[in-house]
Amino acid sequence: MSKFKFAMYWAGSCGGCEIAFLEIKDKIIEVDANYEVVFWPVAADFKYKDVEGYEDGSIDVCLFNGCIRNSENEHVARLLRQKSKVLVAFGACATSGGIPGLANLATAQEIKDLVYTQNPSVDNPDRVYPQERYEVPEGVLELPVLYDTVKTLDQVVDVDYYMPGCPPEGHQIAAVLDVVTAALKGEGELPPKGAVIGVAPKTCCEECKRTKSEKKVPGFRRVWEFVPDPEQCLLEQGIICMGPATRAGCGARCTSVGMPCRGCYGPAEGVVDQGAKMLSTVASIIDAPTPEEIAEIAASVPDPVGTFYRFTLPGSLLRRAKV
Amino acid sequence: MSEQFEPRIIGFLCRWCSYNGADLAGTSRLKYPPNMVPIKTNCSGRVDPTHILKAFREGADGVLVAGCHPGDCHYINGNYRTAGRMPLVKKLLEQLGLEPGRLRLEWVSAAEGEKFQRVVTEFTEEIRALGPLDWQAVVGEAEGAAGDPEAEMAKEAVPA
Repeated sequence: MSKFKFAMYWAGSCGGCEIAFLEIKDKIIEVDANYEVVFWPVAADFKYKDVEGYEDGSIDVCLFNGCIRNSENEHVARLLRQKSKVLVAFGACATSGGIPGLANLATAQEIKDLVYTQNPSVDNPDRVYPQERYEVPEGVLELPVLYDTVKTLDQVVDVDYYMPGCPPEGHQIAAVLDVVTAALKGEGELPPKGAVIGVAPKTCCEECKRTKSEKKVPGFRRVWEFVPDPEQCLLEQGIICMGPATRAGCGARCTSVGMPCRGCYGPAEGVVDQGAKMLSTVASIIDAPTPEEIAEIAASVPDPVGTFYRFTLPGSLLRRAKV
Repeated sequence: MSEQFEPRIIGFLCRWCSYNGADLAGTSRLKYPPNMVPIKTNCSGRVDPTHILKAFREGADGVLVAGCHPGDCHYINGNYRTAGRMPLVKKLLEQLGLEPGRLRLEWVSAAEGEKFQRVVTEFTEEIRALGPLDWQAVVGEAEGAAGDPEAEMAKEAVPA
């Protein structure tokens, strides 16, 4: 039997998703038994030109991690969409923008200025910036164009399935591969298009083992300000924990070691805008006698975008800042 | 024809107090600008920040949230939650480059037809002074294959 064709690509992201893939452990042997890698820049030496030569729809499954931040990301996203039967948005960046999505608070030029001239550790008196086009005797050198707005994968191409997480957990990656492999072999059916696969429709709180009761807090604290109780819900201790608005799947690993959920699994089932939902939750649990005091405590929450939209700004309702 | 900018304002009015305040303004024949589209909600506490962001996303220039005075909430403390949410939403809007004045919270009772008239008149003029928001243009570049706000909102089940 000929093997199914597998591709994986790394666009605007840190590379953690690529490493997370190895968390499927010995399942990698099964992957090798069932699939032939036809494109995976981290693991195998294929060029874009090779992919361009493939027939449309010839790649059986493509795991695409990273957001769309420059012209190269977009080009490859369109190319892989054309060549793939099943395209999976893999990880927080591809699904909802991820950490790089916070670049939507600025423009590309502001970011370049910061990186190439304004950082205190940068010594660049001639204000030398990388150029998108540069002519040398041998020809023209080109770099991808950095976009002002970071996009999610589905804002650029049609996406079949989503697998959130920063990065996705190994057992979920394995679950996704199982579903797709079974369908390719004709032993099962693919889930409905647009589904979030490999995860349960629950919230992070449901996986968190901490004791939960009524949430009423006099104010908010950060984890470095005190040692949180190891048993009690972090939100009840005044730590902003994204659990209530976040999709389950990680096994609440952060909260089990005393760190609040940052929301990397994205909005819970049925939630449009994770940040808005969490903001609503946080403002609702403030325990103070007057509306004025409640308002004051709510307004003391630092950096609402960075706190509530840490992984989802490009995929949120407003998507970016007006600059 | 006047060339002046006519703001589009969405008003979320609690059905127990502010919506009746609006009715009173109407039955008392009080005049106020027609720029606000009222939406009746059961409580100002039912106004999810998602609704406010969706309004801005889809073309609103301003959003008014009006509910019962503190202590008068039909659901005991729904408006206390609103009191906490609005300043935080304003802070969020400010970070995203929206003038926080585009969102306004007011307590309007069923007896305050005149206050309702004053609030809507003032707010309309404030938004007129701020000018159009046009968030569609802000995200225009990000419009792609998916991301239709209607489809996104359809995913959120709203209980009857």
